[in-house]
Amino acid sequence: MSQSAVDVPPKGGFSFDMCKRNDMLIQKGLKAPSFLKTGTTIVGLIFQDGVILGADTRATEGPIVADKNCEKIHYMAPNIYCCGAGTAADTEAVTDMVSSQLRLHRYQTGRDSRVITALTLLKKHLFSYQGHVSAALVLGGVDITGPHLHTIYPHGSTDTLPFATMGSGSLAAMSVFEAKYKEGLTRDEGIKLVAEAICSGIFNDLGSGSNVDICVITKGNKEYLRNYMEPNPRTYVSSKGYSFTKKTEVLLTKITPLMERVEITEVGGEAMEE
Amino acid sequence: MTKQHANWSPYDNNGGTCVAIAGSDYCVIAADTRMSTGYSILSRDYSKSIICKADKAVLSSSGFQADVKALQKVLTSRHMIYQHQHNKQMSCPAMAQLLSNTLYYKRFFPYYAFNVLGGLDEEGKGCVFTYDAVGSYEKVGYSAQGSGSTLIMPFLDNQLKSPSPLLLPAQDSITPLSEAEAVDLVKTVFASATERDIYTGDKLEIMVLKADGARREVMDLRKD
Amino acid sequence: MSIFEYNGSAVVAMVGKNCFAIASDRRLGVQLQTIATDFQRIFKIHDHLFIGLSGLATDVQTLYQRLVFRHKLYQLREERDMKPDTFASLVSAILYEKRFGPYLCQPVIAGLGEDNKPFICTMDSIGAKELAKDFVVSGTASESLYGACEAMYKPDMEAEELFETISQALLSSVDRDCLSGWGGHVYVVTPNEVKERILKGRMD
Repeated sequence: MSQSAVDVPPKGGFSFDMCKRNDMLIQKGLKAPSFLKTGTTIVGLIFQDGVILGADTRATEGPIVADKNCEKIHYMAPNIYCCGAGTAADTEAVTDMVSSQLRLHRYQTGRDSRVITALTLLKKHLFSYQGHVSAALVLGGVDITGPHLHTIYPHGSTDTLPFATMGSGSLAAMSVFEAKYKEGLTRDEGIKLVAEAICSGIFNDLGSGSNVDICVITKGNKEYLRNYMEPNPRTYVSSKGYSFTKKTEVLLTKITPLMERVEITEVGGEAMEE
Repeated sequence: MTKQHANWSPYDNNGGTCVAIAGSDYCVIAADTRMSTGYSILSRDYSKSIICKADKAVLSSSGFQADVKALQKVLTSRHMIYQHQHNKQMSCPAMAQLLSNTLYYKRFFPYYAFNVLGGLDEEGKGCVFTYDAVGSYEKVGYSAQGSGSTLIMPFLDNQLKSPSPLLLPAQDSITPLSEAEAVDLVKTVFASATERDIYTGDKLEIMVLKADGARREVMDLRKD
Repeated sequence: MSIFEYNGSAVVAMVGKNCFAIASDRRLGVQLQTIATDFQRIFKIHDHLFIGLSGLATDVQTLYQRLVFRHKLYQLREERDMKPDTFASLVSAILYEKRFGPYLCQPVIAGLGEDNKPFICTMDSIGAKELAKDFVVSGTASESLYGACEAMYKPDMEAEELFETISQALLSSVDRDCLSGWGGHVYVVTPNEVKERILKGRMD
């Protein structure tokens, strides 16, 4: 490593210094790790006053549900939100990064962010990594030029659509949209349709599950309806609870009492004088 | 042309979980009713358990349901022949040995089926037999098989800790729970497994075998 | 065999009423051979913040050293301890930096935040945060731990009950996993006390 010996906080960008070692381990027959995925159904549609985004809340690691209630609708700007599917770390990092770039851009220009700006930043990043940053996104927002809805694929290609779906439940959700979407939906009709599309993903796709999150963006206003629906409560909880047949055997106990935090208050100006 | 089929596999995994618990005068066998492949659900109401014609034994299997169906068919017909030859029904331990032989018969092209066989023995006590895909089997007090088994087994161990099979004289592996407690435990473990295993869900089918007959109960599970 | 399975591990954290518990197994193995039976996977960052690292032991120790360094730097600059959620973001950033050549470990972070509110969180090896209100698990015994915790966990447990629950969940899970075990190491942290206990478990 050409950097100095002291490991200073990085300025940004990826570090590839462990790739060689990890490749060596893989060469020796150890399998590469699997990452947290958001199996996911994410959708978006344009209605008469703006954009509605929707997502399920399940994160999976192989056949196991790692998170039952995660957030997949990410904040980009006050008037722009973005749903993410694919590798959880990538969707999170890519949206966070672009959202901070947008914030700086707003500070510099003094104007509200545009959806097309977010779209360009996202696709530029994803394209430059040739699909290795595996984030599939549904980007929606309302700016000076009106409501916009885009999908972004991991390789950096984009679509502009009146209604869009992504993730492993995209086919289930799209079937609902294709059957029922029409132009000029009202807010309530729009929310209902989005919720129905997400539910169809939740119930028919094993990669999606748990609750429905919805985000409604209109001109100058947004509503984040976290857990708008909770259609999957736990079905059985034993009435008596369980006791443990055998108590745990403890070999050694070490108790560290912690000091009471002392509150320091200034007593007048004089006490502080020299 | 042949290259195209290089990745084809004769097997699939349809998921699902089976649990059986043996008690002093009963046996509880339970399985979820979801059948799936990949990320899709094929059926929400598919029974994985069959009463093996002998009313004293229930076989519950997860894995590849086409193989399971074929296996069940073989067992049923073998049991039919047994009845004609001996003029009585097969006992549960006999059925267990038969199942083992049937599985091992296909040692090098196995039935992709993970079985638990629960039933009552000659004295009317509950017994559970658990298998691997090629016929290795063991008589136990409780068992779980299938996609959710790794989630369920630790809790069953915790609640029903069975005596070591190495103890001398051999100890009875039967669980001390009452029938109602066992059913309650089964419901809890399935509700828990459904929370975390994507291949377990929809409905839980519980069979309770007793000397005076079998009872079937159904409970809802998460459908996502 | 996956790289995560090379050394074997089990880490779990649970939330109670104004307290939390974090526990791990004590085995260090190289595949099926046991090397050490008193291995530390849980580390103290400060009095109210702990991190458990499952996965490849060499990366566990390297990552821990980097985290301590970064936390000390923070303490010097800010003259205070890091809040748990801040620390979680730091870990996430450090892991994601190595997105294409990751540290081969999965952290579990547990701490008491403002107003002694418990905070627990886990990540995959590239820093995808997963916040939970009840429990988080990681390691080779994670599937077993999910099942055990899902069945045993109750909300709002007091410190002692929390200890018993997390210990039982840990021990019954590692008994079904051949790569982790040899007892457990449990920390139960309340606002004015840290109780560290070593559990007896099966030695096979």
